[in-house]
Order: sequence, then C-alpha cells, then structure tokens
Amino acid sequence: MATFTLNGKQVSVDVDASTPLLWVLRDTIGMTGTKFGCGVAACGACTVHVDGVATRTCVLPVEAVEGAAVTTIEGLGQGDNISRLQQAWIDEQVPQCGYCQSGMIMAAAALLDDNPTPSDADIDEAITNICRCGTYSRIRRAIHRAAGA
Amino acid sequence: MARSKKPRSRSRRAFLIGGAVTAGALIVGWRFLTPSDSAGPDALMKPGQDEAALNAWVKIAADGAVTIAVPRSEMGQGVHTALPMILAEELDADWTSVRIVDAAVDVAYVNDVMMGEGFPFGPHDTGFLARNARDAGGWAARLIGLQATGGSTSVRAAWMPMRQAGAAARAMLVAAAAEKFGVAEGELTTADGAVIHAASNRRAGYGELASRAATKSPPEELTLKSPSQFRIIGTPRARLDIPAKVDGTAVFGADVRLPDMLYATLRHPPVVGATVKQFNPADVARMPGVRKVTAVPGAVAVIGDSYWQARQAVEALAIDWEMAEASRISNEEIYSQFEAALAEDGFGYQDEGDAVAALETAGNVFEATYRAPFLAHATMEPMNCTAFLQDGKLKIWAPTQAPSIMRWIASQESDIAEEDVEVNVTYLGGGFGRRGEPDFVRQAVALALAVPGRPVKLMWSREEDMQHDTYRPAGLSHFRVSVDPEGYPLAWHNKVVGPSVSGQATMRYLPFGDDSSPDRTTVDGAAWLPYATADMRVEHILSRVPMRVGFWRSVGHSHNAFFTESVIDELAHKAGKDPYRYRRHLLRDNPRYLKVLDAAAAKAQWDRELPQGRALGIALHESFGAIVAQVVEIGLEDGQPRVHRVVCAVDCGVVINPDTLVAQMESGIVYGLSAALWGEITFAGGEVQQTNFPDHEVIRMATMPEIETVIVGSAEAPGGAGEPGTPPIAPAVANALFQLTGKRVRDLPLSKQDWAVGA
Repeated sequence: MATFTLNGKQVSVDVDASTPLLWVLRDTIGMTGTKFGCGVAACGACTVHVDGVATRTCVLPVEAVEGAAVTTIEGLGQGDNISRLQQAWIDEQVPQCGYCQSGMIMAAAALLDDNPTPSDADIDEAITNICRCGTYSRIRRAIHRAAGA
Repeated sequence: MARSKKPRSRSRRAFLIGGAVTAGALIVGWRFLTPSDSAGPDALMKPGQDEAALNAWVKIAADGAVTIAVPRSEMGQGVHTALPMILAEELDADWTSVRIVDAAVDVAYVNDVMMGEGFPFGPHDTGFLARNARDAGGWAARLIGLQATGGSTSVRAAWMPMRQAGAAARAMLVAAAAEKFGVAEGELTTADGAVIHAASNRRAGYGELASRAATKSPPEELTLKSPSQFRIIGTPRARLDIPAKVDGTAVFGADVRLPDMLYATLRHPPVVGATVKQFNPADVARMPGVRKVTAVPGAVAVIGDSYWQARQAVEALAIDWEMAEASRISNEEIYSQFEAALAEDGFGYQDEGDAVAALETAGNVFEATYRAPFLAHATMEPMNCTAFLQDGKLKIWAPTQAPSIMRWIASQESDIAEEDVEVNVTYLGGGFGRRGEPDFVRQAVALALAVPGRPVKLMWSREEDMQHDTYRPAGLSHFRVSVDPEGYPLAWHNKVVGPSVSGQATMRYLPFGDDSSPDRTTVDGAAWLPYATADMRVEHILSRVPMRVGFWRSVGHSHNAFFTESVIDELAHKAGKDPYRYRRHLLRDNPRYLKVLDAAAAKAQWDRELPQGRALGIALHESFGAIVAQVVEIGLEDGQPRVHRVVCAVDCGVVINPDTLVAQMESGIVYGLSAALWGEITFAGGEVQQTNFPDHEVIRMATMPEIETVIVGSAEAPGGAGEPGTPPIAPAVANALFQLTGKRVRDLPLSKQDWAVGA
C-alpha cells in the first residue's frame, strides 16, 4: 500500500512497494500520459514532478513517493486549460511522433520553476531526455517562448 | 579475378511480384475512389444521423464539419495533417472545420506507389518497361489491398486520389446547390466551405447541402485546380495531432486500455538463430500477478495483471534455448564475408556504357572500400500490440505502419477469417520502418488466443526492442573510378555488398518470400546519380546474413549516400578542387540539382572565413523524389566531432505543409546524425552487444546542432519528406572532418576514431 498526492488528489494504491511509480501510474491508476521508454532512467520519457522536482519514474519504487506530491502531464494542464508551457509547445509545433513529449514538457516545466529565464546552456544541462524525432530545436524555442511570455 | 561471365542484366531479374510486369496500364480516375470491391462510402465513413458520406474519403455534417479519412499511420511525419490538406484544397473546405478519422482497412485506400518502387528501375526511368512495372506495382498493391505507410510515399500516393476525392465531393455539392437555387452549375463558385451564387448574392454552406449532395453522382470528368489556385496546399497549417500530444491524451499503442485487460512481456533467445527449447511455467506460477506462461512466435511470454509483474516473472523464468540453428557470428565475420564476396560479379542495376572495360584500360584509377554498420531503429515507444479474442472475432490495436498486412498476418496466426479481424491503428511512437514488421502483432495474437475473452497488451522491454530489431544491415561498397585529366570521373564502378532487405522483410510476412535474389534497395542512392559520368556500373552482390535486417529510415540511401558522397569528395580533393565547385561542375546539365546545391552553399556562406578549429562539409543526395543538399559546420570537442550547424536545402516538388517539411528535414538530420556519430549494433558470438540507451548514444539537447532549412521552390509533383533528410548528413559530416583533420574515414560511426585538427 502506498499513499501520495497525485495532481492534487490523494491516492492510495495496493501494490508491491518496490513497483516503479511509472507502472503504478500507467497500469494501476490508468494515467497513460507518462511514458515508458527505457526502464533504466536513461531517456526521460517517464518524467514527472515529485514535490516539484523532475523525476524519472521507471526506476523509482512507489514507496519512495509515500506522502509526496506527484504531478504528471495530466496535472499540468488538459484540453482547453493547458499551461503556458504547453501552449508554447503548440505555438512552436514541437511534437512529431509525440511519445517523448510528456517527459520533455515535465522536465521543461521543472526547469522553468527553478529558473524562469534559462539560458541555452541551462536548457542543455537540464533537458537530457531523448527524442528520436529530433525536436530539440523546437523544444528549446518553446522553453524560451514560455519564459518570455 | 576472372571475368568470364557476362554480368547479369536487369532483364533477367526475378521480380518481387513475378509476372506482374506484363499487366497493362490502368486508368486511374475518380471511379477508383470507390472500387467495386470496396465496402462503399457509408460502410467506410459510417456517417452519423446528421452526416452524409460523399465518397470513401469524406463526410460532411449538417453543422459544416468536414471529416476526412486518413489511411496512413501518424508516426510524427505529419501525415494526419498533410493528407487532409490535399483533399480540403480541392473541396474548397473551410480548414478550421476539418477533422480526421482513421480510415478503415479497405481497397479504396491502398498505397499504390510503395510497391511500384520495388522494381529495378531508376527513379527517373520513364521507359516502357519501367512505366509498366510501376503501374503493375500499383496494380499488385491494389490486388492485395496494401494499405501501408513507408518509403516516404504517403503524399505521393495520396496526391491524385485525395485531390480527386475532394474535387468529386465539391462537384456533388455544387450540383446540390444548383438544384436548391434553381440555377445552372456553371453560375456557382465555391470557397471556404460554401457554394456561392454571386449573381443573386446567395450562399449555402456545405453542411446544409451535404445530404442532398450525397444523392448526386460526381461528373465523369473532374477538373483539378492549378497550383496558382491553391489556398491551403503550400501554406503552414498547425498540425491536428499536436494538441493531444502536449497534454498526454494522445493514445499510442502502449496506452491502449480495455476493461479486464491483461499485460504481457517476453524474452527472445539471446543468440541469433536460436529458438525456444523448453521452460517450466511452474517456476514462476506463484509469483504475484502471474496468469500464464506461454510460448509465442520467437519468444516466451508471461501474461500477468500488470506489466511490471509480468516483467519480474519473465526475468525469473529459466528458459532452455535450442542452439542447433544458432549462429555464433560476429560483425567482423560479416565484414570478412562481404569482402570475400567482392570477388563475385553482382547484379547490375545500372549499366551505362561499359565501365568495367573502360577501367581495365584506364591509367589513373581511384579505388576505395567503404563500409557501414548494423543500426537499430530505437523508436521511443518500444514494440507493443494489444489483441482481444472474443466470440470468434479478433480485435487488434497496434502502432503499425501496415494495417492491411497485419490483418492478414493476424488471420494466418489465428485461423480466423480476415473479415473477422479488426485492426485499429493507434498513434505510433516513432516508426522509421520498424513498425511495418509483423513480429509483435503475431505475438500479441498468440497471447490473445491463450487467454480468450480477455484483452492482452504485449509490451516489449527496451532491451528486447534493441536486441531483437530488424536492423539496417551492415554494408560494404567497393569503388573503382577513372578520372579525366581535370580529375572528373569518367568510368565509375561500384559494387555494393549486403543482404536483401526487401527479400528478408517479405519473408517475414509472405510464405513465398525469398531473400536469395538481389535487391534494388541495396543500390538505392548508389545508382542513378545526378552527376555526369561517361560509363557507369552499379551492382548489388548479394551476401546473406543470419540476423534479421529490415527497412530503416531511407533504407539503402542511408549507407549509399555516405559511400558515394564521400567518394565524390575524395575525388574533388584529389583533383585539387573545391568540393562544392567540383559538384557544381558535375551537375552542370542538371539545373534542378544545381539549384539545391547552390541554395545550401549560399545560405551556409561556403566561402566565408571560418573560426580556428571549424570546417565545412557538403553533400547532396536524391531519394524518394526529393533532392537534399546539406552543408555542416563542425569542430572538435575532446577529440570527438561536434556538429555546430547544418544548412539544409530541399526540393521535394510541390510542398503541402511547409512547416512539416522543415520539421521532417530536422528530424531526418538528427536521426542520421545520431547514427553517423554513434550508431552501431555489433554482434559477438551471435549476441547483440548493445542493450539500451546508455550504450546506444543519440543526439540530445546538448549535442543538437542549429539547423536551418531552405525550401527550394519547385512545381514538380510532390516527392517524399520523411526520409530524404537522413542520407546526406553522414557524408557531409565526414567530409567536413576531412577538411578539418586531413583524415578520411571510410567507416561509421565516426566516434570510433580519434580526431585531431590536421597540420
């Protein structure tokens, strides 16, 4: 059993404590916006915020978020109520296949929370996620756009 | 080496589709939009109560909403926006009212370009045999109902049918309005989703005309717009799939969720050619959440209540592998095999003049052997598929590039008739050729059969995905080129050695597939060059490999552009000439190519003074109906190449969505650059040595170059966009590295070398 706050609501899940948070979100709770890419915290597709910190969840046991506040892409903004950062993503026409983008957006959102006007070097350092479609230039532009808006 | 045999020529080539070449040309008109064996507009478009289907491609609602069927898979290339733009243009639709729906699997939506590209003719060969072969390929595609996405064919295949569908629907709406207004059709015009009678200042929206229009017949002759009349085509349109991709609601194959769904994952044999001998399900039966352990085609799978539980169990399972057919091959042995094969005469796909004889008497012959490694696709979304067997019917949800083939595969695997198999295509988390393969669909079907009445989602781990890919094959290319006193090529002989990608891929879905014939894709990009040469022979020497090989973004072009554009660069430097101007000279009679080359060089300011430690490299390559030139600016960091900037010029004919074209150039460049710098799958003792992204580095934010794309305008019919950006980047970087370091590298990836600025 693990209890934590998910996108502002308290949730309790009856799973083995060592189950990675990613699979609790996707399979147990049914929130599939957070993606499985590598399973070894190398690609960042599974990035969410744990107490505001960008965290890769494919290797994070659910027991590690006991009592914590978890925010996923679904909590960042949905449909007509998306965040400024997500709107910047649309304005810059960032996604291609789109599979890595939830993780990219969550990593970028955490960066902007820490550093509202990041430099290119700050972005290089903070965004280490993988995108096989090569949307990096547009991601950079979207982050700058959201920061400047 | 003995040369007694006359080299085989194309006339003796065994075609992929035997005998199809004799079929006559087909009349392709709007009638083809609803072929006689099609299910028909209503069955395909499923109009709701307030909607009317005008043909197999479009329905219109009373409120004016236009829904367009898109029969191609969205894997990032923007096809779910570009294709509806084509139809909406001829329909004169209001773009803001356009929605899309995934097309059903039906003969109305076949891709009749893809198969026509499999024949042994150059892309510009308009001779009788080549034309008829292409027509026959289209005919064969329609015959088998090939509904597939790949080969950068989506826009090319949709260009006429979707324009015709839009124009036919528009004509029906005009006929309906003429009846409603009591005026002649010739007095009516259309714009932004309405029919207008200017003389009486009357206007009827498409929504109010739709049901009446559906009763009309389209005219025998359709008039299509001229490019000057385009209002949607050629204008940047926001992609329709993007909003769902920024808030997590887009459903990829991995995200399919069904009531009572089970989860499965698997392990393949670790060695090439090995199979499953035995395993004991009791070993893991008591592990939490485990439902079933079962063999599936090529692997052993555990079905459980969650992916994680299934994963834990399949890893704990002891499996005996059958090694009788296993191959303990290493990639060095593959290269030795390829080098030995160079002694053979291959199949000559291009034979202009007599290059072999010319080289025998030539005084100054340049000779070089190039090679390229195996490559993984490494799509961000690992392979997966969901299948559900209930009441004798099979439903499949798959991120697939080939739903019609998968329906047939699923039918074969389950012994369920094709009409009882439904294939739903989800978003694809990257395709790049990997998702035309049937392996993961076959396995999901086997799992559904094991747990009838419950849907089951198969998800591969990243490790399984990387180690059981259908790899871009390694290749070897041997050049012999004679040059004139100025250093320009006279006779050109290139032997490309490698397996048959088309043959192997076909074997995986057709029982009569065969990989023992030469394969045109192996010389794609090596033959039919735009450069002027007197004698030219380009051949494929078939050398089969035991590992699985398949289509990888740009296929044969992916290695041949590296080989050929590096050789052109070598020849330029040997001649003491500037590599850009050397190419210009060779393209002097090919203005379309010259314009692209010049556009890239101009934008990159080829002749400018560069900072210390920087150099430029250039390459030009044509593939899939598009010409792309790239100029890269590179330096070194810690003895390794660092690409700072890429200028890319592209002419792919009429452009549908310019921003998507720019995005596809960026995408193709990044994909090719990751491979050029680091990409390599190696085999040791028959095992793949790479396992996951930590030992398969790719471009990331910190290593991303600045990319500037110049669209070179052209009124030619549309070419491809998804792949043509990939081929030129490897040679452009290798050529820049030579410029900077004086070191010519004839092998990839470039990071295997130590680099230092030359004297």
